[in-house]
Amino acid sequence: MKRVQFSSRWLPYAFLAPQMAIIFVFFYWPSAQAVQSSLYLEDPFGFGSTFVGLDNYADILSSREYLGIAKFTLVFTVLVTGLSLGLGLLLAVKADAVLRGAHAYKTLLIWVYAVAPPVAGLIGMMFFDQHIGPLVRLAGVFGWDMKVGLDYTDTAVAMITVSVWKQIPYNFIFFLSGLQSLPASVREAAFIDCRSGARRFATVTLPLLAPTAFFLLIMNMTYALFETFGVIDVIVKDKAANNPITLVYKVYMDGFRGNDLGGSSAQSVILMLIVFVLTIFQFRFIERRVHYG
Amino acid sequence: MSTITITDVSKIYSGGVRAVSDISLDIADGEFIVLVGPSGCGKSTLLRMVAGLEEISEGTVSIGGRVVNTLDPADRDIAMVFQNYALYPHMSVRDNLAYGLRNRKTPKAEIAARVAEAARMLELEPYLDRKPRALSGGQRQRVAMGRAIVRKPAAFLFDEPLSNLDARLRVSMRGEIRQLQRRVGTTSLYVTHDQLEAMTLADRLVVLNGGRVEQIGRPLEVYNRPASTFVAGFIGSPAMNLVQARADDGALHLGEERILAELPHRGPVTLGLRAEDLRIVPANAPGAVRFSLTYVEELGAQRLVHGQCNGQPIVAAHPSEQPLPAEAALLADAARLHFFDTQSGRRI
Repeated sequence: MKRVQFSSRWLPYAFLAPQMAIIFVFFYWPSAQAVQSSLYLEDPFGFGSTFVGLDNYADILSSREYLGIAKFTLVFTVLVTGLSLGLGLLLAVKADAVLRGAHAYKTLLIWVYAVAPPVAGLIGMMFFDQHIGPLVRLAGVFGWDMKVGLDYTDTAVAMITVSVWKQIPYNFIFFLSGLQSLPASVREAAFIDCRSGARRFATVTLPLLAPTAFFLLIMNMTYALFETFGVIDVIVKDKAANNPITLVYKVYMDGFRGNDLGGSSAQSVILMLIVFVLTIFQFRFIERRVHYG
Repeated sequence: MSTITITDVSKIYSGGVRAVSDISLDIADGEFIVLVGPSGCGKSTLLRMVAGLEEISEGTVSIGGRVVNTLDPADRDIAMVFQNYALYPHMSVRDNLAYGLRNRKTPKAEIAARVAEAARMLELEPYLDRKPRALSGGQRQRVAMGRAIVRKPAAFLFDEPLSNLDARLRVSMRGEIRQLQRRVGTTSLYVTHDQLEAMTLADRLVVLNGGRVEQIGRPLEVYNRPASTFVAGFIGSPAMNLVQARADDGALHLGEERILAELPHRGPVTLGLRAEDLRIVPANAPGAVRFSLTYVEELGAQRLVHGQCNGQPIVAAHPSEQPLPAEAALLADAARLHFFDTQSGRRI
């Protein structure tokens, strides 16, 4: 450990202060506010609030609608994380093995990432447009009459597809640079020790990529839980009706559309707890099995 | 039996660069061959072509009588030791040793026995459950060797395995590699840029320069009769002195000096002299060539005396306990002179 001596005891705190101020203003303070307002029933027009204790939580946890959304969020997060990690890795492995035209190939794959997220969301949605969407037509070829925005399952499929599509380049970049930083001689040693490419990948390449994969797992879960908000918003266009939404979108709907600030706050506190538990789980149980070279 | 036969092998990269040109080499069963040369001479490329890590552009390589040109590295029945060890960082030493065997569906009991035997041979037993990063450089190198040994392959390929170690460890590992190879008797091909390593390890050494073979021979043969000025300058430390001279009727002219020497050659010639074959004598000694000293390197048992003969730099060895004469001259045994064609650099 490197130790630095400061001439004044207060200097290190001064250096930390801007960062701490930002974290406090944008994280701790709103969190505390959320916890506080989750214990109150707010008047929708802001004329006052009544302390209701844990009633908001009880309401939420006994609501069948909320539990249904929680279940969809779980499925959504698992699928988006799994698919975007899996496809990103597959593309990275294939791009890494390409010898001729590797540069053009990699650039094309990364391109999507350079598109601004809302624009990418809109482009993604155009794939599922009822009239001009090529993916809707493709589904039609197989006799699947997709009705995105009307049918629960069809909307879920579109939501997951667009979310995955947007996230693949991000994973691709990390996996590719991870693959390219593996020591060449270790891969060559594996060539001599193991004939089967699939086995080589599973026993040498993948374990060595584990630090990258672990980092991406956390990033992708966060993405699926929170950052897909824009995609969902574009697809359901404020009218959740019979459409699938995730917990984050429900917080927004209840708080800003339903004006139920207390309930919405209680939901965000629950989300906070979920993320807290997930993070502890990941660092406690998954990271232990990750080998950092 | 595991012989290796390399026939007219070339490596041509896209763009027409020939890294290796028409190399042929027969390696007998159990023989220890060292490929030696400066960096960029093609020695590693040749080794990697034998291993299957580089495609063979021309020619054939056969291992144990079987042409392996199109076989995968894993099917060539070879094991390789890399310069930076190339251990699997996420596996314990035991798993590193066993990995190649497991992939070849060797029975569990036999894997355990072979790993135990290799660990005993290399004194790795206390470290079997450690990860490579918890080992020292020398221990890592031993694991890399162990990984080769457990496989019992037809051939060992070594790619500068000692160049990441410090000087002392390098000398002791050099000895270990030699003894180990003698014990298991596996045909070995070893690449190094260190001529001392080449001399001490090899049954035969192959001196490479610019992708071509300069000389193949036993270490002493190469040392005593270098085939070219390149070999003369590369093998042996300090490098052989190479002096430009002119020969005519039974004498050799070094500027104004005249040395008696029987030589069928007439005209310009490159004279090769090993430092230890030169004797420094007082300037008035008969038949000696004047030698003006510039500086002295003290090595302990002997000193290396740098100086000039007729403006050409020369290094001579001189015993440490003997004082140097104030006015010096050089004497050499006529039988210990080497002559090379000045144009082609080949031995005359």
